[in-house]
Amino acid sequence: MKHYEEIEIGVEAHLGSHTFTADEIKKFAAKYDPQPFHMDEEAAARSQFGALCASGWHTAAIWMQLMIEYRKRLLAEDPTQNSDHMGPSPGFQNMKWTKPVFVGDTITYSTKPIAKELAPKRPGWGFVTSENAGVNQHGERIFEFTSRVLVGCLK
Amino acid sequence: MNKQSYFEDFSPGGIIPLTPRTLQAAEMIEFASEYDAQPFHLDEEAGRNSILGGLAASGWMTCAVTMRMIFDDFLKDSVSMGSPGITSVQWRRPVLAGDTLSGLVEILDARRSASKPGMGIVNFRITLTNQKAEVVMVQENPIMFACREAAA
Repeated sequence: MKHYEEIEIGVEAHLGSHTFTADEIKKFAAKYDPQPFHMDEEAAARSQFGALCASGWHTAAIWMQLMIEYRKRLLAEDPTQNSDHMGPSPGFQNMKWTKPVFVGDTITYSTKPIAKELAPKRPGWGFVTSENAGVNQHGERIFEFTSRVLVGCLK
Repeated sequence: MNKQSYFEDFSPGGIIPLTPRTLQAAEMIEFASEYDAQPFHLDEEAGRNSILGGLAASGWMTCAVTMRMIFDDFLKDSVSMGSPGITSVQWRRPVLAGDTLSGLVEILDARRSASKPGMGIVNFRITLTNQKAEVVMVQENPIMFACREAAA
């Protein structure tokens, strides 16, 4: 993963794609979001969504999963990098679930840094703000949010 | 049959306490292994050596657990129509293994949908605190509900 100084503003990265199955939609929902339209095909058919669809938190968790996979790929390409300069996140804003994610939908996720500044209280670290998105196989944007994460500076 | 809550039952200024929930290391590691495999979410020692100061839950897990807490305490008995998104989440402090989270849901405002008759949108602020009364997360988000008059 890149250090704070190496992160380029405005350069979009594709994180990867994920196809949502009925089983995993129900499995996530059973643990964290058991609303009928995430749990049961018939109940979902009668709901405003019209068919079984993923919890929005499931859609978000898969973004994180693919972000981790993306970082691993960067690490493999450049062994001089390491992951100990990836810090935690203070939160996010403006998460939008603009369309449902239905069974069989393939979502392609991306991230684009839009701003960075050094962390005033943590020498050697900076905050990177990014716009993130998920697009389905029809080219429709189904998901977006603005993230913020601590990234370590070059030693 | 349970009494169902409709849009009209959520009045601005209302407060809903959430049943406390303890997060154990095993479930934190299980969630992180699948969705957020960073050392400080997977390993006690790596957590101690990080900014977080101990094995800490993925923030996404804290959000997912919050979702389950609001489902159990009021959404399951309501006519929820889903949510268009999350206005903001602040992960103020790490949620460490064994922490017990208490939650308070405030109803910030409620308005009828202009485009969808029979539906209203309620804005909530959810504050989670740990057993030391420290705020660990603040989340603001709208949830859509059916209106009672439309259902009648």
